[in-house]
Amino acid sequence: MEFFRIKKDIPFMRHALILNAVSALTFVLAVFFLFHKGLHLSIEFTGGTVMELTYSQPANIDGIRKTVEDIGFTDNQIQSFGTAQDVLIRLPAKKGVSSSQQSETVLNALKAVNPDVQLKRTEFVGPQVGDELAHDGLMALLFVIVGIVIYLAIRFEWKYAVAAIIANLHDVVIILGFFAFFQWEFSLTVLAAVLAVLGYSVNESVVVFDRVRETFRDRKFGKLATPDVLNHAITSTISRTIITHGSTEIMVLSMLIFGGPTLHYFAAALTIGILFGIYSSVFVAAALAMWLGVKREDLIKPIKEKDETEGAVV
Amino acid sequence: MNRYPLWKYIVIVIALLFGVLYTLPNFFGESPAVQISSIKSTLKVDSALSGRVEQVLEQANLAPLNVVFDTAGAEGTVRARFKDTDTQFKAKTVLEKALNTDPTDPTYSVAFNLVPNTPQWLQSIHAFPMFLGLDLRGGVYFLMQVDVQAVANKRIQGLQSSARSILRDKDIRYSGIDRNGDAIEISFRDQDTMSKAKTLLADQLPELTLTDGPAGADPKIIATLKPDVLKTTTDQSVQQNILTLSKRVNELGVAEPIIQRQGADRIVVQLPGVQDVARAKDIIGRTATLEVRMVDESVTRGTELSAAVPFGSELFKTGKNAPVILYKDPVLTGDYISNASVSFDQNHQPAVSIDLNGDGGRKMRAATRDKIGKAMAVVLFEKGKGEVLTVATIQSELGSSFQITGMGTPQAAADLSLLMRAGSLAAPMEIIEERTIGPQLGAENIKKGFDSTMYGFLVVSIFMIVYYLLFGAFSVIALSVNLLLLVAVLSTLQATLTLPGIAAIALTLGMAIDANVLVNERIREELRKGNSPQAAIALGFEHAWHTILDSNVTALIAGIALLTFGSGAIRGFAVVHCLGILTSMFSAVFFSRGLANLWYGRRKKLTSLSIGKVWRPGDK
Repeated sequence: MEFFRIKKDIPFMRHALILNAVSALTFVLAVFFLFHKGLHLSIEFTGGTVMELTYSQPANIDGIRKTVEDIGFTDNQIQSFGTAQDVLIRLPAKKGVSSSQQSETVLNALKAVNPDVQLKRTEFVGPQVGDELAHDGLMALLFVIVGIVIYLAIRFEWKYAVAAIIANLHDVVIILGFFAFFQWEFSLTVLAAVLAVLGYSVNESVVVFDRVRETFRDRKFGKLATPDVLNHAITSTISRTIITHGSTEIMVLSMLIFGGPTLHYFAAALTIGILFGIYSSVFVAAALAMWLGVKREDLIKPIKEKDETEGAVV
Repeated sequence: MNRYPLWKYIVIVIALLFGVLYTLPNFFGESPAVQISSIKSTLKVDSALSGRVEQVLEQANLAPLNVVFDTAGAEGTVRARFKDTDTQFKAKTVLEKALNTDPTDPTYSVAFNLVPNTPQWLQSIHAFPMFLGLDLRGGVYFLMQVDVQAVANKRIQGLQSSARSILRDKDIRYSGIDRNGDAIEISFRDQDTMSKAKTLLADQLPELTLTDGPAGADPKIIATLKPDVLKTTTDQSVQQNILTLSKRVNELGVAEPIIQRQGADRIVVQLPGVQDVARAKDIIGRTATLEVRMVDESVTRGTELSAAVPFGSELFKTGKNAPVILYKDPVLTGDYISNASVSFDQNHQPAVSIDLNGDGGRKMRAATRDKIGKAMAVVLFEKGKGEVLTVATIQSELGSSFQITGMGTPQAAADLSLLMRAGSLAAPMEIIEERTIGPQLGAENIKKGFDSTMYGFLVVSIFMIVYYLLFGAFSVIALSVNLLLLVAVLSTLQATLTLPGIAAIALTLGMAIDANVLVNERIREELRKGNSPQAAIALGFEHAWHTILDSNVTALIAGIALLTFGSGAIRGFAVVHCLGILTSMFSAVFFSRGLANLWYGRRKKLTSLSIGKVWRPGDK
């Protein structure tokens, strides 16, 4: 079985301008929502208390909300979590209030109303810990970006590095845009997913760029104009691109479907990341590299001799 | 051209063997056990105890599966494994009775536990199952912050009084010793005395950096704590706090607690299996120091709230018999307590008997000799606030052992004695993060994580085999080997598996497919170009290798960043992610080529490969 019967190179670059305009628009929208609505940060970043409760019957969310408000926790969030029996309560961190006791107070009040409530999980995070996490998260993001740019610049050339990193940041910003627009909870695990996407999505650009370099070196295709070289490179890898991402997406969708609420947003971030990762590495990264003016000479001279002895010995 | 030298196959076989052996322990499950550890710091658990445990169990007719003495961690423990929880229950009662001859003053803590069923021969090659994170097995997690400033304060205060007594001993006259922020300022009337004092202090107190005060004004020495001294002091107090916490946790009877230092001034406490958070926090989180102080009786009792608080005393508003005004100078601090136990006074009310060490006894005697009939209070300090535990009247001169009465309930007496026995903390701490996960939720998490990985893996495998036929099967085998190696490496490292970790395994498998797809697509492509099957295999692997290397290095950069800057969930994810990338490079490139070589390598006249239909542009 095989899916791809491509006779001629697909002229991806002919549509580069339109596709990148679409891409830029999505990007701008994502940025807009990020600023307009902001991320719904999880307790790990904001500090506060989270309680997961379970009832033997479907829970009365309104009743719970009233109970919690009655004992003085007005700034709360109460929602069902996973099933109708499970409830998630979120209380922001308060200065001066012993927040580690918040959960006990709330649980006692809820028990008074309905004794069959059970505490499945509580979490309390101090605001200071949250600040540190946010800081560490940003540092990790920065480190990844710098690391990847340096690696690509050494392995290929700065134009490719710049193109790849812009394309991949665009994926990350779009994921964040989704989280801001739908107000999905942005937790530490989601951050891990976002960073994994950054690594993953760069893979994709690297595969394409690898092919571009190889095509430039090819006697038959190397002499073509840059857009045609890019088209050829992308066409030759498209089957692999789609199959690989298909496989990864299967794993991730499996997590989205069977992984339960705890893995839900993690899988959601990866799903979006993978979908945009394909698109961005093909259209955004390659097109940016084209506009930055990559040419045959950039890649050929220094590597040619080395190539014979490199790798391959497996 | 597609043949591996023998050594490469040997490497493969060794890797497989390693994978199987070290993955194996994860499948044996756990059986109920009873864990015995020492409560008293003077008493070490040794192998003799395990003999005694066996003897006791034999007398009670309770056959254990085995009894193991283990010195993992700071203190030794003896664990006896049983075939069911019923026997475990009976054994605990029997052992508790036999080992703790005096129930009011227990020597050993006897706790329920789960011990992995890994067979002895696997344990002997250090093959152990992975730890399960709290999110997978349930329990309580605390992150505690040690108050470093308080440590520094205490140290500086100590040095200030040392300096004072040193100068007084040598009869060097100073006009004042003052505390200014983190510095001690000692002023003198003339330059000469100052330089004498400086030489003396530099000699006697090497912990201090001494600088001269500003010229023009009165001669002055400004003394500050040396940074490395401060660091050791902090280190020591964090260590001491960990020790104290360990003792407290021991008394809670938790099996396999984790008490670790995190960063410079934080301590992580994980108590698997504990569900009663309130009690755990009461014991663990009682970030307390104890002080015995005298009641300032210059203020008439009952008027404490309205009367002016005399200089050198302070008002305590909370606790038993509060409000009360106490002298600021403690008679005694928790450091001097060598033992404390629950007892009953002559009226059969619960009380706490306290034993002091020699130094403490002397201090106590001196302090109480002429204070019979006066009131003395025990104050517990938490987060800088003191709570009066008890106010008692001194009946007679107190020596190195005395009793505190008026506890109210036996539970309160037991808690107080536990706190006193466990020693006070070197520095105050505060819980800054806390999590509780129910065991049921943990089991759900394992099941969900496992299911999602399995279903995903199944679908991917089916697709690979249908699409790439034999080469697809190679890929699936390589992918399974990848999973095997990953689990084996994680088990060898004794990593703690968490839910994000399971997610990372799933994602890593998804990404590892990429390398296989790259190879398979390359081989198809080489065939399309008209290369011979043998050449196609060789070229396919060769060309794909560059790409695989590049893309894995970038993924690794991301993984290392997560590992470096992440904490908690991110770190758990990153460890698995990084290891998975490494194992997938091995399995997808080295191992799967080995399979292809083994299958095709020796055939001279190979006409076709089983890699699915290869469409050529010339075909219809």
